[in-house]
Amino acid sequence: MSVGIIMLVHTAFDRAEQVARHWANAGCPVVIHVDEKVSKKTFSAFSQALSDLPQVLFSRRHRCDWGTWGLVAASQDAAELMLESFIDVRHVYLTSGSCLPLRPVEELIDYLDARPHTDFIESATTADVPWTVGGLDHERFTLYFPFSWRQNRYLFDRLVEVQRWLHVTRRIPKGVVPHMGSQWWCLTRHTLSSILTSPQRRRHERYFKRVWIPDESYFQSLARLHSRNIESRSLTLSKFDFQGKPHIFYDDHLQLLRRSDCFVARKIWRHAGCLYQAFLNHPESAANRQEPNPGKIDRIFAKAVDRRTRGRAGLYMQSRFPNFGWENGMTAARYSVFQGFAELFQDFEPWLSRATGAQVHGHIFAPERAEFAGGQRVLNGALSDNAALRDWNHKAFLTNLIWNTRGARQCFQFGPHDSPHVMWDMARDPNAQISVISGAWAVPLFRSGGDFAALRAEAAALQKAEHQLLDQLRSPEAKARIRIWTMAEFIEAPMEPLQMIIDEIGQKEPRRFAEAPIIQDLTGFGRFLQNLKNQGMHPYLMGDFPVEPAPRPSASPAHKPYLVKN
Amino acid sequence: MGAWQSYRLRLQRKRWLIRAFRKRRELRCVADRTDRIRPSDLIVFCTARNEGVRLPWFLKFYRNMGVNHFVMVDNDSTDGSLDYLARQDDVSVWHTRGSYKRSRFGMDWINWLLRKYGDGHWVLVVDPDELFLYPFCDTRPLRALTDWLDASSIKSFSAMLLDMYPKGRLDAQPYKAGQDPLEIASWFDAGNYSVKRNARFGNLWIQGGPRARVFFPDQPERAPALNKVPLVKWDRRYTYVSSTHMLLPRGLNLVYDEWGGEKASGLLLHTKFLDTFNAKAEEELARKQHYAGSTEYIAYADGIRDNPDLWCKWSEKYINWRQLEILGLMSKGNWA
Repeated sequence: MSVGIIMLVHTAFDRAEQVARHWANAGCPVVIHVDEKVSKKTFSAFSQALSDLPQVLFSRRHRCDWGTWGLVAASQDAAELMLESFIDVRHVYLTSGSCLPLRPVEELIDYLDARPHTDFIESATTADVPWTVGGLDHERFTLYFPFSWRQNRYLFDRLVEVQRWLHVTRRIPKGVVPHMGSQWWCLTRHTLSSILTSPQRRRHERYFKRVWIPDESYFQSLARLHSRNIESRSLTLSKFDFQGKPHIFYDDHLQLLRRSDCFVARKIWRHAGCLYQAFLNHPESAANRQEPNPGKIDRIFAKAVDRRTRGRAGLYMQSRFPNFGWENGMTAARYSVFQGFAELFQDFEPWLSRATGAQVHGHIFAPERAEFAGGQRVLNGALSDNAALRDWNHKAFLTNLIWNTRGARQCFQFGPHDSPHVMWDMARDPNAQISVISGAWAVPLFRSGGDFAALRAEAAALQKAEHQLLDQLRSPEAKARIRIWTMAEFIEAPMEPLQMIIDEIGQKEPRRFAEAPIIQDLTGFGRFLQNLKNQGMHPYLMGDFPVEPAPRPSASPAHKPYLVKN
Repeated sequence: MGAWQSYRLRLQRKRWLIRAFRKRRELRCVADRTDRIRPSDLIVFCTARNEGVRLPWFLKFYRNMGVNHFVMVDNDSTDGSLDYLARQDDVSVWHTRGSYKRSRFGMDWINWLLRKYGDGHWVLVVDPDELFLYPFCDTRPLRALTDWLDASSIKSFSAMLLDMYPKGRLDAQPYKAGQDPLEIASWFDAGNYSVKRNARFGNLWIQGGPRARVFFPDQPERAPALNKVPLVKWDRRYTYVSSTHMLLPRGLNLVYDEWGGEKASGLLLHTKFLDTFNAKAEEELARKQHYAGSTEYIAYADGIRDNPDLWCKWSEKYINWRQLEILGLMSKGNWA
């Protein structure tokens, strides 16, 4: 008893000949179907080349277009010819011209001998699997499809719409439950001849001829009626990409294919000489491994599909430029933005860096230049600190910065001095953690002690700018992790919010910090604000400061720094 | 896009085709081996001027990749490259004295030759200092890529220009004919590219890299464009609009995914910055035959005098295509 091979061939005849020879030499009868579209000359040359092998036959030719009945008709005729001509064939294996046997044919024969009544055909009901491409699952069995999906997509889609609107539903023949699955099956003589000689065959054909992609459902559904034992999987390793096209194997897949232990793989690139050389001349016995195990290949192709459909978050490049809302993560990693902290605390940046282990930059959107950590002029990825380059495309600057430093948490300062447009992008980015002490810009002004009229003008401008920033942060579209305190609120209990922010950054073990940052000396700040008010410039963003404050722990530098005890 | 704009782009496409037809008279055929082109051949199209020292490696590189034929235009070279090209079995070469600038930087000539010899072929349009890189290029020939593109119904393939530069002064390591230029210019900028969308032609406009960083820090809008679509399944109705940055019909410019995914893409390693660069920049400055009044070369001349080292602490050293794909400069897309 042996296995008969049906090959559906339409191109790469040199390779098809090689493979047919391989099967035939191993004692398997082969029936080849050549697409009717192939020219007579090519066909006769091909059949001539295989004429020395008596167990290779050619079946009646049909025209085979993707997803049409021709493919089923071709398989039917070839299967009939196989069953008639080779009496001792027990399993019939349907393959294509670009399939390649990976294991010695004897192993396939042994494998099937051990399972004489098993049909290997992937066959699932449409309700249970999300395989379909094009959005038609159950409807492929209940609508009419006179137009080609490939050539006449417009008419195809319109007709589907019309039929949906009219609630067209074809009657499915009695007893048939539509199933679908991979078209590359291996069926027993019993099941196959039951399908082909069934009194219902004409009826079934009439129905399936009008089904969409019948080659994925005809045998898959009918095998369910006749088979004694279905293994719902294909012995052929065949992976599909997101458009329903098969992935192609190349020379560099050699080791992967070896380790997969599958019997047959498709589709092989016709110029993959190493694969044909390796598997047809020296197929390695899988020794103690019996069951096919395509897990690793599955993972590689699943990853490829994922890359094509979802891509790498936060990457903008020549072949990935998502529309707004489709970024799947505007930036590559989480990052923290601090507004007002560096103004309120002495040496905030080094402290933050020690407390979190993150890379802490200054104002990277400062008007003069990007203040990268450590005063660097160029950062990871050769990102320049030049302000003009940065502002030419500030969003690209931000996404580049986060992309280039993947793996190291980024923190940077922001403020009302800085180029404001980028705040809108950050506010909508769920990766951003934005913490604002509103009004803290007044501290450097207060400490600078310059000409009051100039200070007043600057304070007014900064307050206006910050007000606009806060508006953006409070927009309902903002998706960042945003916290806003007024300055008065913040210095009431500065350590609690700080601890919260640091914990959220979560770089190090969660613990109380050993040292706290020191708040700038604010003696007289209340008076400073009052003076601004007296000049008609009402500073409101910092909250209510009393003119003469009650003594605060951090109010004077003479006191010991405020420490949180563990 | 409305019907009106669509119609205008159609007119523009026709205009470039007619212009290419007129400019064909500037070309004089020196070696015509185009009868050897078979229907399935992969063809490189290229314009060169005084690039003799680069040609041996250029031809070797693309032959190894599986390119079957080269269609070259020699723009009045004085270094013997015309003779060299005419001697090669797989090269058809045309000579012209025409103005590079007035042929739209060689594109008119190339558009004409593409129309005549490229129809139905996968064509690769590159400069002699551009080395094309695609996913799996170390294990799969170019035909594997084009077969896959055919199977996926993709007609054009993007390859951003990636400027390569040496460490140290440009003239520190002399380049010899036949040498791999990447041995010298082996560094690049990994992550300082700005991407914008060009609404009119639907292409992306990419700028950045060392040229923006060093030569155009104060006028970033003038930094050279790096987006290119050099590999196309050509049809005689197609035309390049501006260098190989964009094409018409504009569907060919949609080489990027807009819905979050990544399409497959490659890179053109641009090995312009060798010791030959200074002489070239001076000559081009004198000839004033380059884009936008040769502002690029004016900027170079200034930049080169100030500081001839493009290298910085965060430059990356080139290893292979996988490194570039991990860095996010190119992508495998769903090709696995």
